[in-house]
Amino acid sequence: MQFVRLKPRDGETVALTIDGRSVEARAGDTLMTAILLHAPALRRFEFGDGARAGYCLMGACQDCFVALADGDRVRACTTLVAPGMAVRTGTRDV
Amino acid sequence: MSDTRVVVVGAGPAGMRACAALVAAGLTPILIDEAARSGGRIYQQPPQGAARPGRELYGFEAAKAARIHALEAQLAGRIDHRRETLVWNCFEDALDLLGPSGPSRQPFDALILATGATDLALPFPGWTLPGVYALGGAQIALKTQGCGIGRRVVFLGAGPLLPLVAWQYVQAGADVAAVLDATPFAAKLRGLPNMLFAPATLAKGAYYVARLLAAGVPMAWGVGGPRAEGDGRVERVHFVTAGGDARVVACDALGASFGLRSETQLADLAGCDFVFDRRTRQYVPARDVAGRTSRRFVYVAGDGAGIGGADAAELAGERAALALAEDLGLPVDVNRAAFLDGRLARLDRFRRGLETAYPFPAHLLRDIGDDTMLCRCEGIAVGALRAAARDKGAPELNRAKAFTRIGMGRCQGRMCGRAAAELLAAARGEDLARAGRLRGQPPVKPIPMIPELLS
Amino acid sequence: MSVGVFDVAIVGGGTAGCAAALALRKRGMSVVLLEKGQCGAMASGTNFGGVRRQGRDFREMPLATRARAIWDRLPELVGEDCEFRATGHLKLARDAAEMAELERYARDARDHGLELSVVGGNAVRALYPWLGEAVTGASLCPDDGQANPRLVGPAFARAARAAGAEIREFAPVTHARWTGAGFEIDAGGATLRARLLVNVAGFWGGEVAAWFGEPVPIRPLCPNMVVTEPVPYVIDRSIGVCGGNVYVRQVERGNVIFGGGRGWGDTARAISRPRADVARDAMARTLAILPWLRDARIIRTWTGFDGEMPDDIPVIGPSRTTPGLIHAFGFSGHGFQLGPAIGEIVAELVADGRSASPLAPFAIARFAGAPPAPAPR
Ligand SMILES: Cc1cc2nc3c(=O)[nH]c(=O)nc-3n(C[C@H](O)[C@H](O)[C@H](O)COP(=O)(O)OP(=O)(O)OC[C@H]3O[C@@H](n4cnc5c(N)ncnc54)[C@H](O)[C@@H]3O)c2cc1C
Ligand code: FES
Repeated sequence: MQFVRLKPRDGETVALTIDGRSVEARAGDTLMTAILLHAPALRRFEFGDGARAGYCLMGACQDCFVALADGDRVRACTTLVAPGMAVRTGTRDV
Repeated sequence: MSDTRVVVVGAGPAGMRACAALVAAGLTPILIDEAARSGGRIYQQPPQGAARPGRELYGFEAAKAARIHALEAQLAGRIDHRRETLVWNCFEDALDLLGPSGPSRQPFDALILATGATDLALPFPGWTLPGVYALGGAQIALKTQGCGIGRRVVFLGAGPLLPLVAWQYVQAGADVAAVLDATPFAAKLRGLPNMLFAPATLAKGAYYVARLLAAGVPMAWGVGGPRAEGDGRVERVHFVTAGGDARVVACDALGASFGLRSETQLADLAGCDFVFDRRTRQYVPARDVAGRTSRRFVYVAGDGAGIGGADAAELAGERAALALAEDLGLPVDVNRAAFLDGRLARLDRFRRGLETAYPFPAHLLRDIGDDTMLCRCEGIAVGALRAAARDKGAPELNRAKAFTRIGMGRCQGRMCGRAAAELLAAARGEDLARAGRLRGQPPVKPIPMIPELLS
Repeated sequence: MSVGVFDVAIVGGGTAGCAAALALRKRGMSVVLLEKGQCGAMASGTNFGGVRRQGRDFREMPLATRARAIWDRLPELVGEDCEFRATGHLKLARDAAEMAELERYARDARDHGLELSVVGGNAVRALYPWLGEAVTGASLCPDDGQANPRLVGPAFARAARAAGAEIREFAPVTHARWTGAGFEIDAGGATLRARLLVNVAGFWGGEVAAWFGEPVPIRPLCPNMVVTEPVPYVIDRSIGVCGGNVYVRQVERGNVIFGGGRGWGDTARAISRPRADVARDAMARTLAILPWLRDARIIRTWTGFDGEMPDDIPVIGPSRTTPGLIHAFGFSGHGFQLGPAIGEIVAELVADGRSASPLAPFAIARFAGAPPAPAPR
């Protein structure tokens, strides 16, 4: 995992899966937060070795696109987590 | 006048103040922002469910943030607020939008672009490793999500955001392993005279530094040669001190960026002329003091017009709205306009001081090797750009883009364009202005290829 | 300011002009090339990148065949392959009428030395499983291909310069005239003299021709282009369709480039802009043949200027009015593939007064007395 929750909060839990693994997020988490609290990265880099885990968090760098199981891809830093989301990071070491 | 279509892009301090002034002038502006809620970057609000006390989120600026957020409520019903809506193109007298209910086209009679800024990224070895984030990004993680970008964090930068974010992390209970300022300490003193024009800001900067030092956070000024390393993610940061000593800090995250850059793509697509701003080393839309661009009825305000900070953005947003009202032939309070002009001029003096205190860290680019990744979208290294500039004779950025693909990826050069300009100018031994700027191309951000786009 | 006399002055630094400069230097002539912007940055640098003979007007076929041979030799000619790949060109049919059209063209093409293989229905999907249901047949020209247009013009320009041509960028030619013994050319504040003049000014070739009393009905053509983010590489052919309302290719890095319809252009300021509505139509047509692309993001759109002639083929050949003036412009949206051969043909016309390629259909005389083009919108 990359992120750490410094300000724990209550609120509804949201269930999602990351590479098939079930994890829980909180309502109000972005998809990026939800993933990086449980995984080290968001996606593989197309043009070389290594993974990517976002950079700007403000919808500018477009580094944080993640694949959903239905084939669609979303920008994780500006997308709120929703119940039942299934993410495929393609980074095997999750 | 009520059927005059006035569009404001951006719901940050500049855009919100512009809307308030337009409403006061009897207009009903359409406010468009990609975000769901007002505040822009600096006063960005956490999503529903992640709220926290304003004092915790915005520190000294909590009252200002609250006023901007309150404006949104006050203006409700008197503006047409299009939330979660991306403006992805401007062509002639219309904007192309993509919002929650799909794509649409919004014609306008007048347009205020308050599109703000993003972190100014500069490449260094390892900057694309997982765990390396922009400073502003690190702040957003904390502000809107209550999260840190890692457990043990190094911060690296060259602007006033550096001590602020580091201090916010310390306050939130994070382990801040080091704060590395790429600008020399002595520059802070040189900037002093002009910074005295805004003593509060000055005091705040000194306050954060003092608190960091008191908290025992290691700090260094004038650092060079940063390098992030690790197996698949950042595990340590190497740097060279001002005295020339090599150092390494263990960490699991690095927040690094080097100031701000203006978001100007829409002004470009709107056909506005640009000028080179030597102070911030970037091209910005040409404008008069009130924000009028070269294109009639198109205005720019806030950081999207050139980096000025949040206070200046509020003033500039209102000022641009007054100019717009005046240009439409509506009565405007000339005293208010003059007052705003005076305040803006004063803040501009301060800004000059700030830029002296945090000079552009040119040494970081001078020393980077050819194999350092420059364009993080396309995976193009610094050496490819240098070769295009020297061997293929690319005199400016768009030509270098054509040859190398830098700036051709998903971000359209937001993250590499500025560094590429600096590197190109250096490789050719020419003035930075001659390197030009990457042309804006629609869509300014990626758009989906959905059949519903066929309205 | 005045400089010495060049053997040849070339107006326009597109692929055609740059290739001509190189070919003329190889014949030992002194050459100055005048380009208003940067070489290979207009149509030659903004085009789709299709290097295709299939579907071409048969009158262009001898030129296209000649050009195709040069594409293979780019590394030795200009020092790099410009990402040329002989991926083949696959032209798709989406109904029975279009299928008949493919078969008819394939039959006729044989007479012009082009061997196409046409397959129908299920065979298409067996061969190209990435094609959608809408596709009912396809015709393959195996040695057509694609290249990176941004590299080709500049590579020819560098090679020409290395061979001794004088390449002047940011040197707009504002006027040129025949003095009785040669040409005087006003370019970028200087007046140059040359014995011979080559007009390869793309869309603006019409303006140059008009200076010499032979206006042509040329119009701007701004094909609308779109590119997606990188997706896994599967489209290993360059794709066209009957009717030409969409064309698609994928670069090895993964981006899918497609075009169709027309953008907007202001010829006076040389500013062109893609159109959102046109891009949307192209998206829908692309998805009809490549449905799996629906999750790809569009990251950029653009267009550029070519010159379009009423009969869709260029003007190539000597001027009717002025001795020593050679035209080659108005490639009507399919001149990228031809560019390298145009260089050689121009050099032949200049040096020998005749070309090895049959140019009769391209004579400017076909527009003698034609009214000038209506003003573009
Ligand atoms: C978007 C697009 C897609 C296309 N796709 C394909 C394709 O897939 N396959 C294909 O074969 N063809 C394609 N084409 C067509 C092809 O690109 C052109 O036919 C070809 O490049 C024309 O070459 P050119 O040298 O005549 O013109 P250009 O490349 O336009 O060159 C003309 C040059 O002359 C210069 N010039 C003009 N006036 C003056 C002056 N007064 N002084 C100095 N310089 C001057 C211009 O600046 C320009 O650089 C496409 C064209 C476009 C625009
Ligand atoms: S992290 Fe930059 S766009 Fe999401």
